[in-house]
Amino acid sequence: MKSKMTTAIDIRDVVKTFGEVTALHGVSLGIADNAFFTLLGPSGCGKTTLLRLIAGFEDVTSGEIRLFGESIARLEPNRRPVNTVFQHYALFPHMSVIDNVAFGLKMQGMDLPARTARAGQMLEMVHLSDYADRLPAQLSGGQQQRVALARALAPAPKVLLLDEPLSALDLKLRQAMRVELKQLQEDTGITFIFVTHDQEEALTMSDRIAVMSAGQVQQVGSAQEIYEAPVNLFVADFIGETNLLQVEVHEVREGRATVTLPGGHRFACPSAPVAPGRHALSIRPERVTITPGADLSATVDRVVYLGSDLQVLVRLADGSPFTIRLQNAARTEVPGPGTRIGLHLEEGAARLLAD
Amino acid sequence: MKGVRYYPGFLPLTVLCLVILYAPLIVVMAYSFNGSTSITKWGGFSLRWYVDVFTGPDAGRFGQAAWNSLTIALMAATSATVIATAAALAMVKGGRFRGKGASFALINLPLMVPEIVTAVASLIFFTAIGLTTGYGTILVAHMAFCIPFAFLPIAARLEGIEGSYEQAARDLYATRAQAFRLILLPLLAPGLASGWLLAFIISLDDFIITNFVKGAGMETLPTAIFGSVKQGIKPNIMAISTLMLAVSVLFVTAAYLINRKGQKTP
Ligand SMILES: Nc1ncnc2c1ncn2[C@@H]1O[C@H](COP(=O)(O)OP(=O)(O)O)[C@@H](O)[C@H]1O
Ligand SMILES: [Mg+2]
Repeated sequence: MKSKMTTAIDIRDVVKTFGEVTALHGVSLGIADNAFFTLLGPSGCGKTTLLRLIAGFEDVTSGEIRLFGESIARLEPNRRPVNTVFQHYALFPHMSVIDNVAFGLKMQGMDLPARTARAGQMLEMVHLSDYADRLPAQLSGGQQQRVALARALAPAPKVLLLDEPLSALDLKLRQAMRVELKQLQEDTGITFIFVTHDQEEALTMSDRIAVMSAGQVQQVGSAQEIYEAPVNLFVADFIGETNLLQVEVHEVREGRATVTLPGGHRFACPSAPVAPGRHALSIRPERVTITPGADLSATVDRVVYLGSDLQVLVRLADGSPFTIRLQNAARTEVPGPGTRIGLHLEEGAARLLAD
Repeated sequence: MKGVRYYPGFLPLTVLCLVILYAPLIVVMAYSFNGSTSITKWGGFSLRWYVDVFTGPDAGRFGQAAWNSLTIALMAATSATVIATAAALAMVKGGRFRGKGASFALINLPLMVPEIVTAVASLIFFTAIGLTTGYGTILVAHMAFCIPFAFLPIAARLEGIEGSYEQAARDLYATRAQAFRLILLPLLAPGLASGWLLAFIISLDDFIITNFVKGAGMETLPTAIFGSVKQGIKPNIMAISTLMLAVSVLFVTAAYLINRKGQKTP
């Protein structure tokens, strides 16, 4: 077994321009072997472009892409041991399901009995053995998706690329497929590079996540790292729900800053390395508790019922809006609108961000 | 929105148009089964003029003309389809290149140039380069003017085929040639078939250009029919016309059906 630290894909200073448009501004990423790696970012940030560069459908403008140490940036797509699950699956409409799955094996020169057996196994793995002789048009969206997965995995690629494969499915199916995809990745041991704009999807499945914006990687880390220690404003805002407040920063030392909230409350919290002055502070709504007599006071505006959670919309002393999330447990006391309450920030609730 | 039947006067107008369009055809078809030698008086149902077409005094001339028409149409349609496919691939899948709009216009322009102008120009061209008019010049002219007719359905079909199919094939270790042969070509087949059929019918049917470039003694079916009609219409012409009509309808229907089937499973 390979060590956990083997790098499957090494992307160095990749720039990609389309005429006037620069889709990628110097992206560098190391993607470990055996990992479920996610590229997460809003639409248009360059995720698909990066995936297409790895697959070989586009040429890099400059930079280098290595697969297990070997440069692949100039190879034709059929010479890269990398397979893709396309966003709209791109199943060959004139071929049966089994012929679709066996296509890559056929192109690799595997003989008919061997590839039929292997394609059959792949269909079994995605629970579609009974559909081998159907045409793609005769399958549901979820089934087509599984065929696309089986087809891409059949030649046992070193890396599997998935471009928003779940976006065309309905919510229930999407949630079920998340678990299945992750299981599949662990069972096969193949490195998955998964593209999505859905942060929940990214957080639930990934070993590591690269958050992208405007053609650049903003942060790379585990789900916990990017959620709990976002390096900048973009990441904090994009991942999960948060309160962003402009605060006065007095001192930053050893990763902690002393700040003053707009209402005058002064405290210390973890910080990105920034210079004193005005900066954005992120406070996660679920890390704030209502504690009578706490230093930070607020007035309740409204309570929004979300089922498992309650969202309490409050105003701080200076009138700035602020959100708290409470679990909808039996013992939760819900303050009524107009009530003055005290807020306690748990450790890790607040974090000072770089711009 | 009101249905079309609510517009007053629309129905009679439609019927009038249909009558003007189809009455002559119906008369020709009906009288091709006439038992008498008159072209206006009905002498009972008979197949004598169909027998006459194949065995009568003009059978040899029309047979030769029909053979010329058929072989020219086959070759012209086939070569026009190949050329049109290459053009469509470049236009639709070739990405952006300089002069793309102009190329598109150039390919389709022959559809808009008056046929008589093309006919005169072709004759002048063949004479200028010293070609003797005959079977060969008809073939070359037909190959040329069939291209836009083959191009349109092929390009339309190609537009509908997403680039991701070819990319998926390349991703799964197919070379460019394999991706073309195993994926693009089968998906394009309905467009190729309807383009070929359309070109075939256009060639089979052409009169004006053929008449200019055919030279003396060389006839295709349309020019032979025209030549024969000049000496007075005989009922056997109606039988030949009806046969040609049947072939055309058959081909056009085939083209339509193939295209429709192709659309259902893209
Ligand atoms: N073939 C192309 N030609 C021109 N611009 C492109 C092309 N592909 C992508 N782009 C541009 O590159 C940027 C990134 O696109 P993309 O990688 O598709 O984003 P994402 O997948 O994150 O939504 C966008 O601004 C897009 O308009
Ligand atoms: Mg995309």
